[in-house]
Amino acid sequence: MARAATTSDAFNAVAEPRRRQILDLLSGGELPVHDLVTRLGLAQPLVSKHLRVLREVGLVDVRDDGRQRRYRVNGRPLQPVHDWVKAYEGSWAHRFDRLDTVLDELKERERRDGQ
Amino acid sequence: MASSGLAAVTLPTDTQICITRAFDAPRRLVYEAWTTPELIMRWWGGDRGVMTLAEVDLTVGGRWRYVMTANGGFEVAFHGVFSEVVPEERLVSTEIFEAMPDEQAVATTTFAEADGRTTLTILVQHSSRAARDGHVASGMEAGMNESMDHLDRVVASLR
Repeated sequence: MARAATTSDAFNAVAEPRRRQILDLLSGGELPVHDLVTRLGLAQPLVSKHLRVLREVGLVDVRDDGRQRRYRVNGRPLQPVHDWVKAYEGSWAHRFDRLDTVLDELKERERRDGQ
Repeated sequence: MASSGLAAVTLPTDTQICITRAFDAPRRLVYEAWTTPELIMRWWGGDRGVMTLAEVDLTVGGRWRYVMTANGGFEVAFHGVFSEVVPEERLVSTEIFEAMPDEQAVATTTFAEADGRTTLTILVQHSSRAARDGHVASGMEAGMNESMDHLDRVVASLR
């Protein structure tokens, strides 16, 4: 199959809705962990657990800033997943383009029949 | 001809694929094109091959079967059985790729019309994530080559 191991890893990581929510929050920019905890309304250990999974597949980067750990998103590992979904989308797009042509003919037929 | 919009593929859960597309036509026509064998023959193969058979028994318990000669010269066939048929609104059917007869997906297709345009939504429920992933990968192997630089769309596409 065309999928690389990293795809599967990143894929696992984003299969969990809370982790997608974390990525959404971080897409606005770097955040300290306590901000994530507040915005998610989850217990800190649970947030830390999700962040660990995201970090292990490279979807977030972390740095220490004084007493705080600040997280930011790193989209690179998702590129293969993205490519994979886009390619699938492309194969449907070709089908739908042909369907458009068929529909144009059906519309033309209705116009003729309506006259 | 009026542009009808881009196909959008999302992965709502780890066992599903959802495909959405708007068409510049009323839904009675989209439904007709979607369910009439001689019309299916003309579009379903896309650029992946040439259709050689389309059979559709559009009744609950009725069977459909599509066969295509793919660009590689090999034959691919799919079939399924309808479990819901609400004309011009909703179709539910199983979907089996005959090369992998043990993997059965369930596709729910809905047709929604607004202002003379129709939004088609196909939600495919696979039996496992591996089966879903294999299905998407098969689309990739068809050799599509889209330009894709917008990583921010990734998160959205996976929502």
